[in-house]
Amino acid sequence: MKTFLIIMLSMVLIDNLVLSRFLGICSFLGLTKSLKNAMGMSIAVIFVMLVATAVTYPIYWSILEPVNLGYLQTVVFILVIAAVVQVLEAIIRKTFPPLYNAMGIYLPLITTNCAILGVMLINIQEAYSFGDAMISSLGAGVGYTLAMFLFTGVREKMEKADIPPFFEGLPSTLMAASIVSVSFMGFKGVIENLFG
Amino acid sequence: MAKKKSSGRELVKGIIKENPLFVLMLGTCPALAVTTSAANGVGMGIAATAVLILSNLVISLLRKIVPDRVRIPVYITVIASLVTILQFLLEAYLPELNSSLGIFIPLITVNCIILGRAEAFARNHGPWLSVLDGIGMGIGFTIALLFMGGLREILGFGTFFDMPVPWIKEGGFQPMMIFGLPAGGFAIFGLMVAITNSLTRKFYKRQPLETMDRVHYPGSVSPSTDAIYEETEVQDGPRPARTPDPGSVPEALKKPGALAVETPDKKDESEDAK
Repeated sequence: MKTFLIIMLSMVLIDNLVLSRFLGICSFLGLTKSLKNAMGMSIAVIFVMLVATAVTYPIYWSILEPVNLGYLQTVVFILVIAAVVQVLEAIIRKTFPPLYNAMGIYLPLITTNCAILGVMLINIQEAYSFGDAMISSLGAGVGYTLAMFLFTGVREKMEKADIPPFFEGLPSTLMAASIVSVSFMGFKGVIENLFG
Repeated sequence: MAKKKSSGRELVKGIIKENPLFVLMLGTCPALAVTTSAANGVGMGIAATAVLILSNLVISLLRKIVPDRVRIPVYITVIASLVTILQFLLEAYLPELNSSLGIFIPLITVNCIILGRAEAFARNHGPWLSVLDGIGMGIGFTIALLFMGGLREILGFGTFFDMPVPWIKEGGFQPMMIFGLPAGGFAIFGLMVAITNSLTRKFYKRQPLETMDRVHYPGSVSPSTDAIYEETEVQDGPRPARTPDPGSVPEALKKPGALAVETPDKKDESEDAK
């Protein structure tokens, strides 16, 4: 239980996927203009992250590693993620139409979202057990959601700000991201103090 | 003659006018993560360039064989294989660089630059032009990473390519750790984009290319997803969502619902024009 909490908290707050590991920046900058988009993408990321971990983890440890094909992980993982996304899209469309409406159109975007592949690789690199890997994926997804939601709020406020012409659009967005990222630095050391 | 001119243009356009990082906003993830030092930035740039040139070449050679419907999986497989080869080479010859770039080497696979250029360029052009495009874009990306890495290293650690910068200690300038941390990465990146914006506006009267649209953002693989990016383009220039000065709003638009009808119409027209 304690390890679960540690992994979860550190993935959400300290090693936040977007703000400190820099994964999934494209969607972070592209889809935080409205809360609707941010929510759809976040749900889709959490969902695909969990399913993809559940699939890639056994593939790596029971197929690739025993026959010394560990170096194929990049090729295999990206294909598995692409396939998982396609299959999930079809299944969800048939079985849970409301869920499909919420995240369906965001699913194809995820194949090339480096957050998913990145977390798969981190889980393998850290040699987590299966349970830990799932928790770490969940934490990563929650961290992504948190960053997306916080930043959508910041950007909505910025719409009305008066910004110098060269900073309009992306540069000011990046400056705001920098400030949000500073606020996440405050969490450094929280884990050590909480759990010793 | 005409051909020579256009191949020269393909080569040069990636450096400022269509700089992949600062103008097209492709490959932001590695750009922010690995640029804590100039050496890492250049290493990442060269690694991505190598993959980009080869993938452009392979994809432009395959462009007539691969059916349109399965092109994305095919491209991803080609790119992932090239990245795996690169990973082996780096492990053998540059183990230090390999360990400092870490997870971002395999993540070149999902780097938007490579798939983006495959979608936007290599798919419709011959091998020669595609390789030139790859070289140009690669040089642009590498220069961009060098600038970011150099700036962050000088400001954050007071060194440049691991050499202490002399005037920093003497002038009493203290290196600021924050530039080596993620927050500084975002800030420097924002500054660089602002500078590039002002440069492109000065030297090219035309507005820079639109970013995050379906040509340049490869994640968007079906018409239904294109809509999201069309709706949420991150673009400089006049922003539609600005609140206008109350005096300047014509009476006709003050009626409730007048804007709600007008905005989507305008968008549709601009999409058609593209």
